[in-house]
Amino acid sequence: MTGPTQEADIVLRLDGITKRFGMLTANGDVSLDLRQGEILALLGENGAGKTTLMNILFGHYVADEGQVLVDQSGTGLSELEPGSPHAALESGIGMVHQHFTLAENLSALDNIILGTEKLVSLTSARAPARKKLAELITRSGLDVPLDARISQLSVGEKQRVEILKALYRDARVLVLDEPTAVLTPQESDTLFATLKKLSADGLAIIFISHKLAEVMASSHRVAVLRGGRKVADLPTAECDLRKLAELMVGHEIVETVRDAGSPGAPLFTLQNISVGHGRDALHQVDLVLRSGEILGIAGVSGNGQTTLARVISGLEPPASGTVSMEGDDRTDANARTVIDSGFARIPEDRHRDGIVGPMSVSENLAIESIRKPENQRFGLLRFSAMREKARNLIKAYDIRCQGEDSPARLLSGGNIQKIVLARTLDPEPKVVLAAQPSRGLDVGATSDVHKRLLAARARGAGVILISEDLDELMRLSDRIAVIHRGHLSSAEETETLDRGTLGLRMAGQGGEQAA
Amino acid sequence: MIRFEPRGPVSVSRMLAVSLAAAFAALVLAAIPMAFAGLSAFNAYSLMAKGAFGSLFAFTEMLTRATPLILTGLAAAVAFRAKLWNIGAEGQLYAGALAAVAVGTGAISAPGYLLIPMVALAGALAGGLVMLGPTLLKTRLGVDEVVTTLLLNFIILLFVQMMLEGPMQDPMGMGWPQSEPILDEAALPKLLERMRIHWGLVVALAAALGVYFLLKRTVWGFEIRAVGENAAAARHAGIPVTATFVRVGLLSGALAGLAGVGEVAGLKGYLTADLSPGFGYSGIVVAMLAGLSPIGVVFAALFIASIFVGADSMSRATGVSNYLADLIVAMALLCVLVSGLFLRFKVRFIGAPATRETAK
Ligand SMILES: Nc1ncnc2c1ncn2[C@@H]1O[C@H](COP(=O)(O)OP(=O)(O)OP(=O)(O)O)[C@@H](O)[C@H]1O
Ligand SMILES: [Mg+2]
Repeated sequence: MTGPTQEADIVLRLDGITKRFGMLTANGDVSLDLRQGEILALLGENGAGKTTLMNILFGHYVADEGQVLVDQSGTGLSELEPGSPHAALESGIGMVHQHFTLAENLSALDNIILGTEKLVSLTSARAPARKKLAELITRSGLDVPLDARISQLSVGEKQRVEILKALYRDARVLVLDEPTAVLTPQESDTLFATLKKLSADGLAIIFISHKLAEVMASSHRVAVLRGGRKVADLPTAECDLRKLAELMVGHEIVETVRDAGSPGAPLFTLQNISVGHGRDALHQVDLVLRSGEILGIAGVSGNGQTTLARVISGLEPPASGTVSMEGDDRTDANARTVIDSGFARIPEDRHRDGIVGPMSVSENLAIESIRKPENQRFGLLRFSAMREKARNLIKAYDIRCQGEDSPARLLSGGNIQKIVLARTLDPEPKVVLAAQPSRGLDVGATSDVHKRLLAARARGAGVILISEDLDELMRLSDRIAVIHRGHLSSAEETETLDRGTLGLRMAGQGGEQAA
Repeated sequence: MIRFEPRGPVSVSRMLAVSLAAAFAALVLAAIPMAFAGLSAFNAYSLMAKGAFGSLFAFTEMLTRATPLILTGLAAAVAFRAKLWNIGAEGQLYAGALAAVAVGTGAISAPGYLLIPMVALAGALAGGLVMLGPTLLKTRLGVDEVVTTLLLNFIILLFVQMMLEGPMQDPMGMGWPQSEPILDEAALPKLLERMRIHWGLVVALAAALGVYFLLKRTVWGFEIRAVGENAAAARHAGIPVTATFVRVGLLSGALAGLAGVGEVAGLKGYLTADLSPGFGYSGIVVAMLAGLSPIGVVFAALFIASIFVGADSMSRATGVSNYLADLIVAMALLCVLVSGLFLRFKVRFIGAPATRETAK
C-alpha cells in the first residue's frame, strides 16, 4: 500500500520526545510525523515504550523533553498543551486504550456523548447525537447497537464504541493501542476494513500491534521503537515480515518447529463435563490429554473457552461429569490442589487473574508457591530467597523491569505476561494449561513461549493450548479440537486438518460436533 | 495551569512528608472557624498543646486516650488492607469489654498473672467472634459487611445496656446501669503512680508492632495483602481467600475487643454503656490518616488523642466548645484524603514551556 506523501499534509508531529521513569528511559528522543489519511503502524518489543509514547501524545503523561505539535484546524502545526487529555481531544486526537474506558452500566449512546455535553443536558443531547452517529455509522461501517448497555456488548463491539466515541468528537488523528490483541480474526478483518475506509476519508491513524501480518496488510508506514528509541521509520511497501521482526528485536527470529512427538499415556481427562448456562456454558465436554503432547483448542473466543479454563484450573466445579489426573478423581479440586498436583495455568486475562499489581515482581513470582518451604519457614517469608529466585527468573525469561522490587503494575503488558509464564513454567509442571499465551507478546517473546511449551512437551508434560491464532495452533499442536457454543469436538491429528476446515468448524459448520 | 500525572512507587519519606503537611493544613484550616468564634488560632493551639503536652499529667492523659485509638485503628487498618470493610469496631469494643467484665468480676478467681491474660483473651475472643458473623455472611452469601458490621454496633450496644440493667447490674450500684467492678487482680496495672495511664498502652504498641510484622513478614500477611489488592488473582494463585477473610475478621475484631478490655480493666474499672465516646468510629479515621500502615496508626492515634485531650482542656480554659476537636479531626481526614492525590499523582505546573524543564 502506498499512502499520501506531501509534506503539507502533516497533522501531527512528535518532536524529540524523551520520557524517563526514574533510571529508565522509556522514550529517548523520539520524533515522528503523521500525515493526513495515513495509517502508521507502531512496532516494538514488549517494553519498548510504545504505550508510553502514545500516552504522552494523548496527555496522560508529560514528556521530560520534546513537544507534541498538532495541526489544530488546518492552520499549520502548533504546540499541544502537554499533560492534558482534554486539550488532546479538543485538537482532534482520539485514543482507544487497550483496556477500554467505557462505563459498563450506561448505554453505548450515553458513553459516546458523555463528556461532550453537560450532564444536565444529556437527555436533550441524545436526539441530535443519534442523528450525527447514524451518519457516522453509515459512513464508517462501525455497526453498534446504540441503545444496548456496554456490559452486554462483545469485546469487538466495545471497541467499535470507543472508535465511534473518538469520531463523534471529530477526531482527525486516531490512536489505537493493540486493538487486535483481544479481537477474533474476523473482528480484526472488519476493524481494518473500517480503518482503511476512515483513512481514505482523511483520518490519520496510528495503531500498535505485535501481529506483523496485519501490519503488512493494513499500514502505509511502519515506525519501530527499540529500547525507547526510534530505530526505523519506513514505508510498509519496503518491508517484509522478516525484516520487520529483525528491526524490532535486533536479530533474526528463528521459527520454532515441532518435531514428531511421542505421546505417552493419558495424563489428564475431562469426562462429560457440563457447567454454567448462557454464552459461556460447557455441554458434555470430553477431553483426553496424553503426556508428551500439545492439545490445541481452537475456537472463536466467547464459545466457552473461559469456562473450560476455569474448570481445568480448579476455579469452578463442574455441575456434572468427572475430572481426573493420572487416574485420580480430581473433580472436587480447587486452585490450590490443582497447582500442587503439578499443574501450570496461564490465565487468559493476565491483569485480572495473573498478577497482583501493587505487589512486587518477586512477590508475584512467588505467589503460587508462597507456602512452599523455599519461600517460608514457620510461616515467615524468606525474602532473600524469594528475591534471588526472582532475579534468576527475570534473567531467564527476559522480564524487562526496574528490578525485582518494582510493583508489577508498572511493567508493560507483555512483560506482565512474562511474569506469569516464569512463575508457572519454571517448576517444570506435568500439565500446562495455556490460554492465549502469546496474546500481546512481541515476536521474540512469542517464539520464546512456543519454545518453552515445546520444551515442556519434550520433557513429557502434557500441554493444553487454548488459542484463536490458527498459525500458532497448527505450528504447536499434535492434535486439535474445536470448541463452538460450549461443545468440544473430538481432537484430530493436526496433519489431517487444514485451515479451511478448522475455520469452518470454528464457525459452527462442517465436521461433527461432539454430542 | 495545574496538571496531574500518575506517579510510580511512593517512598516512605514522601508519604511521611505528605501526612505531616496534611495535619498542618488541617490546623490552618480549622483556624478559620476559630477566628469566627473570636479566638486567636495561636492562643487556641498553644492552649491545646499545653492541654496535651504541658505537664506529665496532661501527657499521660493524652497517651491514655490514644491507647484504645491505637487498637481500634489497627482493627480498621488490618481489615481494610484485605478490603474487608469492618465498620463495627465500636460494637466489638463493647463485646470485648463485656467479656472482660464477665470474666474479671469474680466468675473466676485466680492470681493476677493468670487472670489478666484470661480477661484479655476473653475480650479479644468476644470481639473476634462478633466479627466472625459478618465475615462468614460475606464469604458464604455475599452479604455486604459494611451494613452488617455497622448495624451490629447498635445491636451490641443495646445488648450491653440490657445486661447492665439486668443480669450484670452491680447490686451495690444503687440502681445505676453499671457492672460490678473488676477485681483488683484482674485490673491492668498502672504504668505510673497516681496517673491513669495503664499497661493497655504497652499492649497496644505491641499489637502495632505485631500487625506490622504480620503484614510485612509472614505468609498470612502476604495472603492478606494479595487478597486485598486483587482477590481474583489471589484465588487463581491458590491462596485460600475465604480462610484469609476469616483470619482477618477474627484479628480485626480481636483488636477492637482488646480496646474494650483496656478501657474497663485498665481505666474505668467497671462497664457502663458510655464506656466509649466512639473509639470504634474514630479508629476508622485513625486508620485512614495512617494510610492503613500499622506503625502509622500509632502516630495517627497520638495525633487524634492530643487534639481531643487538648481541645477539652482548651475549652475548659476559654469556654469555646470542644466540638472544635471534631472539626480539626474531620479537617485532617479531608486533608489526608486529598493528599492521597499528591501521592498517586505528580503535580505539574504548566504555563510557559520554560517552567516545564524546571518543574521536574
Ligand atoms: N508509570 C511508570 N512508572 C515506571 N515505569 C513505567 C511506567 N510506565 C511504563 N513504565 C516502563 O516503561 C517501559 C515502557 O513501557 P510501555 O508500556 O510503553 O511498553 P510497550 O512498548 O507498550 O510494551 P508492550 O508491548 O509490552 O505493551 C517499560 O519498561 C515499563 O516498565
Ligand atoms: Mg503497551
